[in-house]
Amino acid sequence: MLLSVEGLTIEAGGRRPILREVSLTVGKGEIVGLVGESGSGKSTIARSVLRLLPAGARASGRVAVSGDDVLTMSPAALRDLRASQVAMIYQDPRSSLNPVRRIGDFLTERMVLTLGRPKAEARARALELLAAVGMRDPELRMRQYPHELSGGMLQRVVIAAALAADPALLLADEATSALDVTTQAETLALLRRVQAERQLGMLFITHDLQLAAAFCDRVHVLYAGTVVESRPAKELFEDPRHPYTAGLLACTPELGDPRPIRPIPGRPPSLDDAFTGCPFAPRCPHATDACERWLPEPVTVSGGSAACRLVEA
Amino acid sequence: MTTAIATLSPKTARPLGYWLSSAFLALVVTAAALAPLVAPYQPDAVDFAATLAPMSPEHLLGADQSGRDLFTRILYGARTSLIGPLVLLAIASVLGVALGTLAAWHRGWVDAVVSRLTDVMYAFPGLLFVVLIVAVFGNGMTTAVVALGLAYTPTIAKYTRSVALAECAKPYIDAYRVQGMGGFTICVRHLVPNMARSLVGYLVVLFGEGLMSLATLSFLGFGAQPPSSDWGLMVKEGQPAIVQGAFLPVLVPGAAIALVVVSFNVIGVRVADRMGVKA
Repeated sequence: MLLSVEGLTIEAGGRRPILREVSLTVGKGEIVGLVGESGSGKSTIARSVLRLLPAGARASGRVAVSGDDVLTMSPAALRDLRASQVAMIYQDPRSSLNPVRRIGDFLTERMVLTLGRPKAEARARALELLAAVGMRDPELRMRQYPHELSGGMLQRVVIAAALAADPALLLADEATSALDVTTQAETLALLRRVQAERQLGMLFITHDLQLAAAFCDRVHVLYAGTVVESRPAKELFEDPRHPYTAGLLACTPELGDPRPIRPIPGRPPSLDDAFTGCPFAPRCPHATDACERWLPEPVTVSGGSAACRLVEA
Repeated sequence: MTTAIATLSPKTARPLGYWLSSAFLALVVTAAALAPLVAPYQPDAVDFAATLAPMSPEHLLGADQSGRDLFTRILYGARTSLIGPLVLLAIASVLGVALGTLAAWHRGWVDAVVSRLTDVMYAFPGLLFVVLIVAVFGNGMTTAVVALGLAYTPTIAKYTRSVALAECAKPYIDAYRVQGMGGFTICVRHLVPNMARSLVGYLVVLFGEGLMSLATLSFLGFGAQPPSSDWGLMVKEGQPAIVQGAFLPVLVPGAAIALVVVSFNVIGVRVADRMGVKA
């Protein structure tokens, strides 16, 4: 298994852990979605794969990339992991590029410094990558600065940089959320293409359940640091089993649907909301008193699992 | 019919002071560099016939008690008075930027040690610290410059640390870390160059301050030694002349110090403004 997260719990001083007993896997050539509201811990999962933990965090459980435990590996191994095995694509490409360096420097520098390639070779490779992500006139782009490119083009640059080291695993943290719709579609198509061509494993993080269902093979839905439902995308979309997933799907407006939009009542829990039972119980339309005391654990449903005691197998 | 729409001119502030200061400093620097060609006399040529001469075509800015031409001495003095702060700032900024960056990058105990160290240095009056070092290692320009360089280090370290903290929080720094780059590489190749914007304006202002501190030390007799014509030393040497009713030996070097320091301040503040930094 390319990436396997087992029982990952991360605490960083709040009244509840940021992540509680999260388990998931990503195989070679597989796109796994991670969906949740802001503050649900999606990004923390992606960052923990690179051991970028919040300051003062205590982590337990296991995060293994190709079998090596990231949380306990040596600094040298960690650097090697970041340099050549796992790549990350950020939400806002504009702020994830150094504003005072040229695009070409950004692409070649890492190849020279962390992968030890000669400069000329790195340059040739950078041109090749820019062409591969569909940039016209790569020679010109190499000489430009980030402020001279649009957001969509910058995201292509970031994707090219992510591919520079031939990683096996790609972490896309809200990679398309900051782009406008047409660019978003292009970027998604691009991601899909490079993923299929290179048989990459991808962890695709988004707050958009519809998008995840359309783009991913399997989807994990995250709520308050707990995985509440993990199932194949298609099944999840057609027949959500956890009330939270169902709520998320119900609050998306649809054309031609006369029913009013039904938002999930209440607000997403903060790190200072502690729970004795199911964290979704206060907002759940089906909750009973027993839910307040039942600590969620995965219940097997068709194709995957859902962490709700009301789910019948 | 057309409607006139009043718009604010994009040039709101007239940078007259900035141009004046730049022109003045350029003049001073050129004159200092070309001193042997420009100066009418030798800086230590004694001429007792001209003792305490007033302004005249022979002595543009008068002469001191030994009849040395003040204009000549000011020109030559500009050399030590300008190079001194330059070396001082070089020492202070290399150390200060390194310490500040180190503290902001590592946080934790490294940050605590560096920050407490700078706090302790702050608690000392800078001049007292320098006098202490000079007392131990002996008078002289070199000692004074090195000592002041050390005294200025905490100021720069503190400033750098605050700038670096903000810069470190930006995602692009994280992006480099995610690429597997080492901390040292990121700091030297990316963090420090990106902070240069904020640091330059601050350093220019500090240059004026450093010039003043060095002049103070020379005035007190800890810095430049006779027969140097360092401006601070000239003020000290000219002091007795006041009793004899001649103000020029004090006024001329004093005015030179004041004008140069003010010019550096004006330019520094303007540079900081232009770069969008609050100084």
